[in-house]
Order: sequence, then structure tokens, then C-alpha cells
Amino acid sequence: MKLFASLRLRLAALFQRSQINAEIEEELRSHIEHRADDLERSGLDHAEALRRARIEFGGSEKYKEECHEALGGNLIDSFLQDVRLAFRVLRKSPGFAFAAIFTLALAIGANAVVFGIMDGLILRPLNVPQSESLYGTEYGDYSGFQSYPNYIDLRDRNRSFEDLAAFNFVFVGLDTGNNPSLATGYATSGNYFDVLRLQPYLGRFFHSSDEHGRNSAPYVVLTYGYWHSRFQDDRSVLGREIQLDKHAFTIIGVAPPDFRGTVLFISPDFFMPIVNQEQVAPGNVLDARGNMRGVFETFGHLRPGVTPAKATADVNAVGASLAKTYSKEVSHKDSTLSRQGLTSFSGAARAFVAGLMLLAGLILLAACANLGSLFGAHAADRAREVALRLALGSSRNRILRQLLTEAMLISLAGGTLGVMGSVALLRRLSMWQPFAGAPVHIPVSPDAKIYLVALVLAIVSGFLFGIVPVRQVLKANPYEIVKAGPTGKVGHRLTVRDALLVVQIAICAVLVTSSMVAVRGLLRSLHSNFGFEPHNAMLVGTNLTMAGYSADKVPPMQKRMIDAMETIPGIERVGFVNNYPPLVYASGSRANVFKNETTELRQSNIAAMPYRYEVSPGYFNAAATSLLAGRTFTWHDDTSAPPVAVINPDLAGKLFGSVINAVGGYYRMQDGTRVQVVGVVENGKYLSVTEDQQPAMFLSALQSPSSAAYLVVRSRRDPQELGAAIRSKMRELDAGLPVTTDTWSGMLSVVLFPSRVATASLGVLGMMGAVLSITGIFGMAAYSVNKRLRELGIRVALGAQRAEVLQAALGRAFKLLAFGSAAGLLLGILASRVLAFIVYQATPRDPLVLGGVVVAMALLGLIATWIPAQRALSVDPMILLHEE
Amino acid sequence: MPEQAQLLPGTLDLLILRAVALGPLHGYGILLRIGQISGNALLIEQGALYPGLFRLVRQGLLKTSWGTSENNRRAKFYELTAAGRKRLREETANWNRLVAAIASALSVQPEEV
Repeated sequence: MKLFASLRLRLAALFQRSQINAEIEEELRSHIEHRADDLERSGLDHAEALRRARIEFGGSEKYKEECHEALGGNLIDSFLQDVRLAFRVLRKSPGFAFAAIFTLALAIGANAVVFGIMDGLILRPLNVPQSESLYGTEYGDYSGFQSYPNYIDLRDRNRSFEDLAAFNFVFVGLDTGNNPSLATGYATSGNYFDVLRLQPYLGRFFHSSDEHGRNSAPYVVLTYGYWHSRFQDDRSVLGREIQLDKHAFTIIGVAPPDFRGTVLFISPDFFMPIVNQEQVAPGNVLDARGNMRGVFETFGHLRPGVTPAKATADVNAVGASLAKTYSKEVSHKDSTLSRQGLTSFSGAARAFVAGLMLLAGLILLAACANLGSLFGAHAADRAREVALRLALGSSRNRILRQLLTEAMLISLAGGTLGVMGSVALLRRLSMWQPFAGAPVHIPVSPDAKIYLVALVLAIVSGFLFGIVPVRQVLKANPYEIVKAGPTGKVGHRLTVRDALLVVQIAICAVLVTSSMVAVRGLLRSLHSNFGFEPHNAMLVGTNLTMAGYSADKVPPMQKRMIDAMETIPGIERVGFVNNYPPLVYASGSRANVFKNETTELRQSNIAAMPYRYEVSPGYFNAAATSLLAGRTFTWHDDTSAPPVAVINPDLAGKLFGSVINAVGGYYRMQDGTRVQVVGVVENGKYLSVTEDQQPAMFLSALQSPSSAAYLVVRSRRDPQELGAAIRSKMRELDAGLPVTTDTWSGMLSVVLFPSRVATASLGVLGMMGAVLSITGIFGMAAYSVNKRLRELGIRVALGAQRAEVLQAALGRAFKLLAFGSAAGLLLGILASRVLAFIVYQATPRDPLVLGGVVVAMALLGLIATWIPAQRALSVDPMILLHEE
Repeated sequence: MPEQAQLLPGTLDLLILRAVALGPLHGYGILLRIGQISGNALLIEQGALYPGLFRLVRQGLLKTSWGTSENNRRAKFYELTAAGRKRLREETANWNRLVAAIASALSVQPEEV
């Protein structure tokens, strides 16, 4: 019964707060009136009696609160009350609320996006069962497991993996019946899907039991995405015969929807057995132990109890023994195992994400500093209100709780906004295909983890800056503040708020500096000398294997293609290069070369390892690579003529000491061939725009033909039009040959991708930094003008000039701005050294950048102080003095 | 006005219960009654009475009803519940024991120890 009554009262207290409040108030009023009646009877007049009664009664606010507590005034109840009050307070100062929420949303959003990227790239394993024990060898020139026989040996000899699978990339012309188009696939070992423990979505997978030697398993498993886009979810594709590079294959299954291959970035269209790889990649001989293009990576589940370190040692031991047994074909260098998915790219991805996280952390720090000063100013504005409440008997505890509730409301609102923005951005990012036509995507998908991280960040930062004004409140002496009035003097010593503002401006200046350095570097790298001219050049990708040409028919067909191109109006020069031209897909191969007099062609005697290109006559003309000495190739430099080469000055220097000595000189290849240098062309960039100068040699394509080649077509015609003309001309030549047409500048996007992404991220973060400094400076300036309105009014009344008024009102804000910017600029210059590794020619010692940063920060200051300055200038002393 | 003593902690509740035991009273009336029965010897801050009253109501020792006072004003009246009556008896007995003990302790002369 008693319990029930008390429960009822508690509930009543919770739900009928206002009613109870009214009741308490009425009761207290009734008390005071009764007392006043008594006092009146003793001879006081009514008004005086009431006044005395109130004074005797004491602080009614305090007693009201105590009554509520006595009634079981509980946490939820006072919390709700706090929330309501906080809402009211924030509505009363919309500028503050907006600035704080916006700042926080920016910071939380930036961090959530970066976390999402990190989650997608690094934290999240492949989308397969038990992926935590799935480890793979790293791809690399020296790990030694890139040939199929080596993979087989590793698979059979290791004692660490339950089973080991291998895969390689293949790029084929896929024809479902007179419509060849390019497709990207994985050539995989038969046990690939079994090692991954996957079940097909449709049909069946191929297995080890399907492999019976070379070209024995003509099966294709489609990825769900490709089945959807190319075959429109047609379930009858199972059993259908299709052509890969003119070889018949049968579709036997479709992989599950969430499986997109075993390299995170590159999602294939289909899977085929690696034993059939040679059919789509001629020359990629399956059984050749020295064929380092046979396998991309190998991976498997570690056996229970085997640590990655143990497995690494095991794998390296096998590699070492292979290198010993097959000393001619196999070279092995110790490498480490890593979680499958990012293996070959993990270093770059990690560095990139770490850089992003650092920057996003800076943004968060700047935002917190910003919020700290905002909250400080806000609390100072409310000092009088707080003092009044304290004077009326409200407890300090209660007021602190109130301030923290406000901070929480702001952090939740900002966090929610930030998360919404970041989720939208991440969704866009996961749909994004950075390179048209290439199966590259960024595997991010926003999930609960991101919401949680954002929430925690929001709440933690909310508490951090919510605490800033606490000291102010605790120290507050109500009587002093109430006496002093709202225009309490602004101190001239450095306050915590000032320090926060300087820190924040410095951080923002760092971001602005870095983004400017990056943008400038990117612009420069786009206009630097690559050793060829990418503008007005079209690349036509062809692979004659895809149309079924045998090796002897390749050179004549390539000549025919060149001749055909030359008949298209507007095409000035044409040539071709085998495989890939420089700076395309960051793909290049190196060769060992020896001086002519070297007799023992051992590793230790290698004179240089130049990039190796095989180019046709006319290539240098078409690429606009200038000839420094000697001659370029002619159509007579074919297999019946002695081997010749054109080299760059860097290689000339390494082999012959100078360019002049090089022409006519000889050097040796790894296989012993003597090659004569007939010409020297200018230095260039080959693999990446940021590389140091590298040696390069160009051999005659007629002497080492390849079915895969890029035609380089120089023309000033519109690329769209030109591309169409080229494709129709190629169809006339051979309708069964898939061709790609891209501008060379466009193809550079892949090598420029890292610096582009870095520049874009820095640009966005720089903008965020700029916006944050604007709100920060604005808050500070508006606050200080507000505080000193009366003083400014007196100055105006006493005849101060506009400049003097501005100096008085905003001098401090500008001083802090200058100080913060200078500090930030210095730090930014230091930070930019790091940038130079990613962005080509990023140098902070660039007067344009330095000037740009100074101008940008000054502009930011101007924008941010404009409104407060106007306010200060429009002070009307009469009105102000009346007010007081 | 006679010299007033500060209230010992915890004694306000007992005084309220005692005051109300003589008949329903409103808050101000309780204050006057305590003054009357203690010979105005105790100092009670007026507002401090109310949290005490609310506490007792919550404990189920008092019940309330709104009515009209002798001054013809609306007021909330408090009266004892059965539990309140019982608590008053117990507390009174406790208090008497305590007072007797303390008094005897304080009245001991040095030579009696």
C-alpha cells in the first residue's frame, strides 16, 4: 500500500510536473499570505507586510527545488527539465547554436567519412567466411611465387596452410555472339572457391578435380554484378557457350552477390581456371618456372594454431629452397604474409588512410577549439543569468548540469547532421568508379560502426568543450556579476579562449597551406615534361590475341592498322608501343642490361635496369619525344636486321658516360644479345610522375613483336569525333577486334590518381579549415564587439575616428588571427615536406603558395570580421547610453 | 523574544508530526503550532518546513487535503496517517530515551565516576 502510494507519487511527480509545480507554488504563496496577514495585524500596511513575509520565507526557488527532490524529484525528471531549458536557451541564441552545430557537424562528418574509408580499406576483411584466418603472399618482383610451378610447389610443400589457392588478372575480349567487349577476369586455381569456402549463387563452381593439365577446363563463373549487367539476371546462361579471345568457354555458375574477388579494389567480371590462362594470355606459359607473370597472389586459410609469423617463415623457407634448386629461373627475397584483400596495396592504402586520419583529427581539434571558444563566450554572455539563478538559491550542481545538457544537445544535433552528410558521401564513394572502364571501386559501405564512432566522437567532444565554461561558473560570484551589469570589462590578458582561437587558426592555416601546396603541385605535374606530349594524343588499345591472330600474323596486321590510321583525315602521326605506353596504368617492365665488354652476365655485373619499351617506327614522332642524337627506328629494323635500340640520356650516361659516346655503341641484354644504340631520345617519366630520373631503352617492336599494343595517334581533332572515326576504321579492318580509345591525358589519370585524391582530400579539408576559422574569428569578433558596445559608444561620443573604433573593436581579433596564421604557415611548410612524397613537385617554398596563404587568411579574417565591424561602426552612442 | 536554539538535525520531522497530531493544520499553522508548543524556543526557517512536509507525505506519514483556512484563504492541510501516528509514538519514545541518556551523561559529577 505504502509502496503503491509512493510509486504513484513518483509517477505523478514525473508526469504532472507542471501541476505539482503549480501546487507547490500555491502552497508557498498561501504560507506567505498567512504570514502577511499576521504581520498586518501587528500594524504593518499590506504591501510592507507582504515584503517582510517574503524576506522571512527565504529563497523560494531553492525550497521549490528541494520540495521536488523530497517528492522523489528524480533524475529523468530534472533531466527533461534541463533539456527543455536547454532548448529554450539555444533558441534564444540561434547564432551560437548554428555556429556550434555546424562546426561540429563538419568535424564529425569529416571524421566519419575517414573512418568509413579506413573501415572499408583496412579494418574490414574480405566478404568470405572465416576471413580472419585468410592470409596471402604479397605480390612483388622478388617474392618468387609468381610462376605457376612455384605456386604448385609452395602449395604442396608448405605446412602452414590448409590449402593454397592462386589467382591472376586476365583482360579478355568476351564475345557472347558477335559482340566482343572487354572484360576483366581472374584466372584462378581450381581450388579457389573451395579455399574461400564459398557456395555458388547459381549453377556450380569449378574445382581441382576439373583440372587435367593445360587448357583442360574451359569453364567460366560469372560475378553476380556482371551477370546482372551483361546478362540481365538471365538464369538460362548456365551451360551457354561464350568466347574468350576466340576460345570457347562454358558458363557454369554465378558467384554470390557480395563476393567481388580477392583484391579489394579490383572487382572482376568473371572467374576462369588458371590452367586455361594461356588461351587468353599467349606467352604466359603455365609450366615455365621462370614466368613471373603466371600468378598474381596466392592465399589460403592458416591451419589452426599456426601464427602468421610461423607461416611467413615457412613460406620463405620454401622460397629459399626453390631458389636454390632452380637457381636460373627463381630468385626469392623474403617477404611477409598479410591478410588477403589488400596484400599488395596495403602499404599505400595504410599510408593514405593514416594521412587522412591525421588531417581529419586536425579538423576535429580545430573544431573543438572553435567550440571551446564559442561555449566560453556563450557562458560569459550568460554570466548574469547564471548569477541570478545562483543568487535565487539554485545549486551550482544544477547549473553545471544545465550547461552540460546544452553541450550534449549541440553535440547530438551536430553529430547527427555530420553522420547524415558522411553517410551520403560514403554511399556516393562506394558507387564511384575512379577510372572509366577499369573495374576499380572503393569498397566502403556505411554501417553501424560508423554511427557508433560518430556518436562517441560527438559526445566526447561535447563534454570536452562543455567543460570549458565550468570554471567560469564555479568561480562566479553572483553579487559581483549582478552589480557589474552586462558590460563587465573585457580583460586584456590572454584568456583560454584567445589561446584556443590561436590554436584553431593555426590548425586551419596548416590545412590551407597544405591544400594550396598540393593544388599547386598537381597543376605543375600536369604541365611538367614527361618526355612525351600527352595533349592531342589518342591511345588506341588493341590486343590481336582477342581476335584470334597467331604470332606470325601480328606484325603485318599492326602495320595495316598504322596505315589505316594514317588515312583518317586530321591524323598527323601514328606509331605504336607494345603493351603499355609510359605512365599508363603505372605498368612498366624493367630489363637487366650489361656493358658490351661484360662476359659474365651475373646479377652483380648488371650495369643498369632500364624500363623496357618496344616501339614501332613513327612512335617517337607520334608521342612527340624529341630525338637528341642518332636516328629512330625504320621499317627495316625487323627480325632480319641486327638488334638496335634507342635509349635515354640517363641510360646513355650509365652505359657509355655520355650521349655522344652512346650512338653507335653496343650493350648486352640478359640473354647475351648484343644491341647497338642507334639513337638517344630525351629523358622522361615512365612509371610515376614523382619518380626520380630512370634509365629507359626502346627496342624495335618489329624485332620483338607482341599482340598487345597501343597505337599512339597524334591529332588536333576533337577526341570524341576522332575516337569514333578510329573505331569505325578498325571495324573495317577486323570487326571481331575489340579496341579502346582514350586520350593519353585521360589515361594519365591512373598515375595521377594518388596525387589527385590527395589534392582533392586536402582541398576539401582546407575548405573545412577555412570555414572553421571564419566561424571562429566571427564568434570571437562578434563577442568582443558585443561586450564593448558601451565603451565603443563612449569613444564615438568623445569623437573617435572610424579607424580608431575599428582598432578598439577588432584589433585583438586581428592580432590573434595574424599570430595564428603565422604559426600555421610555418607548421604547414613543415607538413608539406611530407606531401612531396605523394604530390609531384609539391614545394612549400613557392612564393605563390606563401602569398596565397597570406592572402587567403587575410580574406578569411576580412569576411569573418565584416559583420562585427559594421556593427561596431554603426554604434549610436545616444541609444547605448540611454539603455544603461 | 526568548533566545532561540538551532534545530538538531532530524528533529524537524518529529516536531511536525507532533504538531499535526493535535489536528489537521496547514503549513503556516504547523509553524505557529511548533512555536506555540515549544514556547518559541526553536528557530525554524519558514521555507525549510516545506521540503520536510513533502518528505513526510512521500513516506506516507502525512496525508493532505486542500481546504479553507481560518483567514478564509485556500490552504493545504496536513494530518497524520495511521503510519504517522505509529511513527510519532516510536520517535517520541526514542527521543525520550536519548534525552534521558544524554542528560544523565551530562549531569554526572567528577567524583561520581
